[in-house]
Amino acid sequence: MKATLFIPCFIDQFYPQVGVGVVKILRKLGHAVDFPDQQTCCGQPAFNSGLWDQARSVAEHALDVFRQAEVIVTPSGSCGAMMKIHYPELFQNTPRYQEACELSSKIYEFSQFLVNRLGVTDFGATFKGKVTFHDGCHGLRGLGVKNEPRVLLQHVRGLELLELKPAETCCGFGGTFAVKYPQISSAMGDSKCSAVLETGADYVVSNDSSCLMHIQGMLTLQKKPIRSLHLAEVLAHSL
Amino acid sequence: MTTAARQFKGEATRYTGDLTHRHWIQKALSGYEVKRDENKGRFQDWESARQAAAQIKYEVINHLDQYLAQFVKNIEARGAVVFWASDAQEARDYIVEVARKNQVRSIVKSKSMTTEEIHLNPALQSAGFEVVETDLGEFIVQLRDEAPYHLVFPAMHLTRDQISEIFQQKLGAAPVKDPEQLTMIARGVMRQKFCQADMGISGVNFGVADTGMISITENEGNARLSTSLPRVHVAVMGLEKIMRSMDDLALFLPMLATAGAGQLISGYNTLYAGPRAADECDGPQQFHIVLLDNGRTRLLADAEQRDALHCIRCGACLNVCPIFRNVGGHSYGTTYQGPIGSVITPHLRGLLEWKHLSFASSLCGACTQACPVKIDLHHHLLQNRRNATQAHPSWLERLMFGAFSIVMRRAALYRLAMFMGKLFQPLHPLVKGTAVDPVKAWTRTRETPPFAKTSFRSWWRDQQKGA
Repeated sequence: MKATLFIPCFIDQFYPQVGVGVVKILRKLGHAVDFPDQQTCCGQPAFNSGLWDQARSVAEHALDVFRQAEVIVTPSGSCGAMMKIHYPELFQNTPRYQEACELSSKIYEFSQFLVNRLGVTDFGATFKGKVTFHDGCHGLRGLGVKNEPRVLLQHVRGLELLELKPAETCCGFGGTFAVKYPQISSAMGDSKCSAVLETGADYVVSNDSSCLMHIQGMLTLQKKPIRSLHLAEVLAHSL
Repeated sequence: MTTAARQFKGEATRYTGDLTHRHWIQKALSGYEVKRDENKGRFQDWESARQAAAQIKYEVINHLDQYLAQFVKNIEARGAVVFWASDAQEARDYIVEVARKNQVRSIVKSKSMTTEEIHLNPALQSAGFEVVETDLGEFIVQLRDEAPYHLVFPAMHLTRDQISEIFQQKLGAAPVKDPEQLTMIARGVMRQKFCQADMGISGVNFGVADTGMISITENEGNARLSTSLPRVHVAVMGLEKIMRSMDDLALFLPMLATAGAGQLISGYNTLYAGPRAADECDGPQQFHIVLLDNGRTRLLADAEQRDALHCIRCGACLNVCPIFRNVGGHSYGTTYQGPIGSVITPHLRGLLEWKHLSFASSLCGACTQACPVKIDLHHHLLQNRRNATQAHPSWLERLMFGAFSIVMRRAALYRLAMFMGKLFQPLHPLVKGTAVDPVKAWTRTRETPPFAKTSFRSWWRDQQKGA
């Protein structure tokens, strides 16, 4: 199968190793990988700010870029949910509605693609350390990603998975919310960081780099030794 | 920024910084979560129950005209007087008039957010009537001259010490801290009021159309006393509170209790079917129902967000909302707090004045997941944002996102923008944390990630060349 990658803009620029990890894993599993280099952003910042016209024009670019794709794999639950759930809504009553629905049907969040589409839970990955997993809300409640990343992590040799308590509470990032209401966002982040520290893990892992940007940003400023890693980085560690 | 928005931002910041408050609220609600999950397990299947409840509400709300007419016809036949109030003013005026005509002096009230919505107490008090809240939580916040903190738990923000303090101050009570003793103090005051009152005011949890009855749910028994001892009973009901039949209550009564308070069923669920009948020896002589619109038909006309009228005011969305759990109930400045309040207040009280609440959300969706009648809450926050931005665009945001969309439609411009970002990032420490820091809202509490030396797309291009 040829998997076409959508690497969200902030992963492209800040966390390229996440994309590299995805490529390595998919290739190891024997799949061809494609990356249309005209891709940019899914348009979510404009959409969440209420500027749907501007979001739609960015989304139209994505429709053009991914027209030929067979399946689209993205290592972000949030951007994935934008394309899968909100694109059809964004294009309702427009000539490109059908295309938006087609694109939506091709979108897979990375861990869902591995577990549900490819049926892979173990490909011999190794990673030494104690890990706790943070569910990004859009992946969790938007796309229904819950067990897939856990199953994958449980099959990594040397890795000890520690559950966060509570696991399903938002970290407080929320895109533009983080800068519109920084106090509330940071208070939520504080609760999340405390929960992460309480697990005693060495790493906080997520399938959403945007949450991790927020969590790591707080942990770094508070000089906490715990590190954040994307799921793909953990799985690709030994490849 | 509107006055309401400024007030919200100020209060939200103040409460969020108050760690004692935050811990108190989170502790209070963690007990709720355990009980709720325990009782959800007693449903054969909670998700199917939600689906069934949503379908019932969908049917009722989409045929509201028919069910309302049926409800009114049936309850009028039993002697109730129904008043259709198009707004808060009409509702208040009617109730004050009923009190005047009946030479009422003192009024007891059971818990009702709808009467909070129409600001009934101040209207009655300024017309010269004594009004006493008889729900324990409402009684406490009334003594403190505060609005309810939470639409189900009005005094959840208060500690026993604070309650004891206000009882000592306002009631001359002894300095006791034991919850039971505190309750007894309130009961002592209330029992007198129940006996003296000429008029009782209540809300309505459900109006049953096919039998013409109202259903009131409570845990203290005070609503029964408020509605049966005084001569006159006035029930204020939002016009979306209709159920088709008693069968619907079989689902909704336990659901309301579980979602709202983590109970299997509430302490008292009572059906009221009109004033005292000829062959009855007790009950009120007059029974008035004020059917309140107050913006609800505006919401009904909005096909996208009509399902917000499914709301049974259980408060489940507040309980799970990380925003509510940080900013608390008083920051909102609305009758209805939390996600449901952020969704409906712009419809009830004006979009532009109340749009800020829809932006004060991380869109995590915990509310939507918790809602027993499946209101698409976080999605409606997005729609409110869109509607507000369309109605009143901010030129700065238009400019920013206009540029964003121009850049993001062209990969070459995207690469250029990222190149510029990378170029200027080393200069960021010079302004970091100062007034001219372009990302100071972020950097005050969070480190910024550095641009990678090689972006993913550069890596991809290089390894494609190498291949």
